This record gives sequence, C-alpha cells and structure tokens, in this order.
Amino acid sequence: MRPILGFVRKETLHLLRDRQTLAILILLPLVQVLIFGFAVRTDVREIPIVVVDPTPDVATLELRERVAASERFRLVAVAPSTRELDSQFQEGSVRQALVLPRDVERRLGRGDTLAVQLLTDGSDPNTGGIMQGYATAVLRRWHADATPAARGLRIEVATRMRFNPTLESAHLFVPGLVAFVLTIVSALMTAISITREKETGTMEMLLVSPIRPAAIVAGKVTPYIALGFVSVLLVLVAARAVFEVPLQGSLLLLLAESGLYIVTSLALGIVISTRAPTQRTAMLAALAGLLMPTLMLSGFIFPLESLPSPLQALSHIVPARWFLVVVRGIMLKGAGLPTLWQETLILAGMTVLLLIAGSRRLTIRLD
Amino acid sequence: MSGPAIDARALTRRFGTFTAVDGISFQVERGEVFGFLGANGAGKTTAMRMLIGLLAPSSGSATVAGYDVATQAEQVRRRIGYMSQRFSLYEDLTVRENITLFGGIYGLSNRDIAERTGQILSRIGLQRAARELVREIPLGWKQQLAFCVALLHRPAVVFLDEPTGGVDPITRRRFWELIYEAGAEGTSVLVTTHYLDEAEYCNRISIMMDGAIAAMGTPSDVRRGLGAATLDEVFLRLTRPGAAV
Repeated sequence: MRPILGFVRKETLHLLRDRQTLAILILLPLVQVLIFGFAVRTDVREIPIVVVDPTPDVATLELRERVAASERFRLVAVAPSTRELDSQFQEGSVRQALVLPRDVERRLGRGDTLAVQLLTDGSDPNTGGIMQGYATAVLRRWHADATPAARGLRIEVATRMRFNPTLESAHLFVPGLVAFVLTIVSALMTAISITREKETGTMEMLLVSPIRPAAIVAGKVTPYIALGFVSVLLVLVAARAVFEVPLQGSLLLLLAESGLYIVTSLALGIVISTRAPTQRTAMLAALAGLLMPTLMLSGFIFPLESLPSPLQALSHIVPARWFLVVVRGIMLKGAGLPTLWQETLILAGMTVLLLIAGSRRLTIRLD
Repeated sequence: MSGPAIDARALTRRFGTFTAVDGISFQVERGEVFGFLGANGAGKTTAMRMLIGLLAPSSGSATVAGYDVATQAEQVRRRIGYMSQRFSLYEDLTVRENITLFGGIYGLSNRDIAERTGQILSRIGLQRAARELVREIPLGWKQQLAFCVALLHRPAVVFLDEPTGGVDPITRRRFWELIYEAGAEGTSVLVTTHYLDEAEYCNRISIMMDGAIAAMGTPSDVRRGLGAATLDEVFLRLTRPGAAV
C-alpha cells in the first residue's frame, strides 16, 4: 500500500507543478459551459413562416393572426398553394410552412379530423425541433379555442422535417458536457501521463522495480479521479449559476455515476497508453478515438436517431452514449437507479473489460 | 546469496529473424565490476534488458542474485538496481522527493529513507540542492544522483547502461569512484560503456560482437589474448578484422 501512496503523492506533485496544464484543466469545464451555453441558443425568435391557406375563412384568419401576433414568428406570406415553398425553403427566406386543408371552418364545425401539414427547415436539427414545437403549440391552442364544445382533440398535425426527417428535439447541453470534460480530464490526461513516463524513461525504472504494474496505474490515476470529480462539480455549478440548468434527480447518484464514468475513461486512457509509444500518438489517439466519438456518436450534438445505421450501431460501443442517457435521466427527468440500471450495468461491464485489457497489456511489460 | 551474482547460460533473444543476442554465457561474481563492451547494436542493451526482466529470453536461461530471470522476476526485481541510458529520474520533483519516491517503491521504512537520503546527499555533495527540482541541477550531478538512487535499496546487483554518456571527464572519474565503492561494499556491477579507458577500470570485461561474446576476461588478459597493446586496438581488431592497426 505504501508504494502506492508514495506514487499518488508523486503524481499529485506532477499535476500541481505543471501549472499551465492544471489551469487549462480547471478552466476547461467553465469555458465549455459558457461557450455551449451562449453559442447553442435554445430560444428561437422571428421564424419566417408561410401559411398556405387555399380557402381563407374566419377560422384560418384567426390562426393567421395568432401566428402573426407571436414574437416567435414572422408571417412572411399567406399563399394559396404550396407551389412556391420549395424555392423559398431553399433560399432560406422561409423556415417554416403551415399547410392548411380546404374548408377549415366547415370541417371544424362538423367535428371532422383536420389534416394540417407543418413543414420545418431541419438543416439545423436543434433549431428545427424547437421551431416545430412552437408551431405545434400555436396550432393546438388555436384548435382548442376554435372547438369550444371540447369534443376531444380532433386535430391531427402531420409534421415533417425537411432536410433531416428523423431529428429529435433539442436537448440541454450540460449532460453531454459532463461526459466531454470527463473524457478529456480522465482519458486524455491518463494516456498522456503514462506515455510521458515511457518517453522520459522513468517507466523503465518503475518496471524494473518490484512495484506491480497495477499499483503504478492505480497510483497514477488517483489524482485524476479527484480532478474528474472537481470538473463534474464545476460544470454543474457553472451551468446552474449562469444558465439555471436544473438538477432534478439525486446529486449523490449523479456523482456516483460520474465516478463510474471517470473510471471508464481512465481505463480507456490506460488502454491507449499501453499501445501508444509517445505522448503525441497518445494525444492523437485520444482525440480521434475518444473525443470525436464522445462528441459525435453519443447523442451530445447529433441525435442518435438521425445517424446512419452503421454509425448508430457503432455508437453502442461508445461509453459516453450510455453515460449521457444516465446523466440526462438524472438531471432532466429526475430518474433514479430503477430506470437507469441497464445503462449503468453496460458502463460497468465496459469498464471491467477495458481494465482487463489495459492490465493484460501492462503485465507484458515494456516489450 | 551463494553462487555468482549473474549467471547467464546460452542466453538468446531473437526479434523475428534477427538474432540480437546469440547464446551468450558468462558469470559475474559478488562485488565484481563487469564491463560490457561492444559497438552500437552489438546486443549489449538487449542482453541487459533480459537480465533485468524487461525482455523475455527467446532461449537459454539466466539467474540474477540466484533467481531465474524468466520465472522469478519478482525476486530478481527486489535485488537489482538499474540506471538506464537516458537520465530517468523525475525532473519535476526535487532531489529529495525523487529519493523518497524510490525508497517507498522499494519498501524502505521512513527512517531508512531519511538516513540514506542524508548519506547520498553528503556523498555526492548535493546537500544544498536537496530541495531543488532535479531539472535544475547539472547533468553530472543528475547522473550521480541516478546512480545513488539505483543503489538506494542496497541491491545485490546493479545494472548501468552507459551511465557516463555526455558527462565531463572529472564527473566520469567521480562516477567510477562511486562504482568502486559499490563494488567494495559487495554489490556486483554490470556496466555497459563506449569508453575504452573506462573498461580498464573493470575487474573483467566482455566484448560483444553481432550478439555473441567475442572476448572475455580481465582487461590485461583480453589485451594479451589478442596481442594488442591497448583496448582500443583490441576493439578495432575485433570490430574491423581486416583493418591494419
């Protein structure tokens, strides 16, 4: 045990004496929260919208007025047909279109089902989802008021996302950010700190000594576990202070799951470092092999459902994908372990496999 | 420990079709300073790496401090010290922190560590620099420090891989004094070197060529065996047989 403690102390000293890296690691979560928070605007205003109204009547006029009155929308035109829509969408002068059927008032009076088509520019999926939500809400309210007899919901809104038919609505960014930051702090830093010792030759000194490889690794990663927790808390506090992102579920559970994901990332870092001969290789491997999937294949930036199926399949082996479900569940839905145990189990399984892979490679020693 | 400090028997290492070390056999006695000579790529470092357990032998066997390097690596590691070609202490730790770290790794008690730290610092005259980062001290001192750290746990055998590369003549001399002191205290020393004047300081030397031992014995035996006046001459004759000397 004592050699490990000495090792933890040494690793902590490395970390504390490398001021620049430490500053980056601590500022990173804060800067990321601010960048994502301010850059990924979730409220959309002044959406240029067209209402296609082949047979204007009192009911459709009421709907048009509601759209025009909302500061969310800017009613660009009322068209008799959908003929112009394609070119308007393409040039971007219109981002949403509400296509009404004929004889709206008469159908409402009869209590018929009303087939309304809602077209949305989905080239930016998140914004598209938000715009779709706004328009649907206006439609529902209008319909509810237009049929005061309240004979149940008869309206049927058929929505279609243009340019990106299967997109999901926008998510809050913080859960993804937690995964992203932890991947950097845990996986990247571990990989770099182990390969650094290979490069400087100190790893040789350690491997020739009686200290076990597992103890070397345990000693090396411990400070990064602590740093990982600090990062999670920084992200949470910053997100709450600046953007009032809620935490619906248990903080304790969130930290426990983060702890699990930290270990997963560390294990990934170890696996990388056993294969990479230099810090440069390790960094590239971590960036390309871990950070990109964490950003792209986890559902953080692009909804998984909108990925092509080979990539969707690939996403199953990205730990961040499962961690994201867990963090979103806890933070946004207040979910507990009863609903999240499967993802937790998958993450735990991955962690065990990675640790086995990493330690097997290490026991072969330097050659 | 009874028997030789190092006993290599037909030790061989192949990398694919290339044989880096080709069936070498030699013994190093307790307290002996044994020089490992040879041109670059002759197999010195590969042989040393097998003896310290960083590389598995392809065939043959070796014991170090009485333990088999292939099957009893753990016991071997407790009884050897090692200093690599590259300077390999932690540059961003202080002199004292480095000593404490390696003391802990070798399971020394805090009291032993404190005591030996004092001894080391006074032996190489580094007392004033104890709190300085290793990065800040001159190379000659770094090398001496690395050597003392390799001896910290009083190993039976210490392996030095070109320990004096890049240091000035005075420091080299000082370094060899340290090596002799270690030998006198009963530690066997296996040292690889390029400097033939250093080889003269060794109790015995072996000259490796293409993975095999071409000559072995005391420096004077080796000279006499080849009818050469100096080790330089020996070296040239062995490595360039056609060359007129």
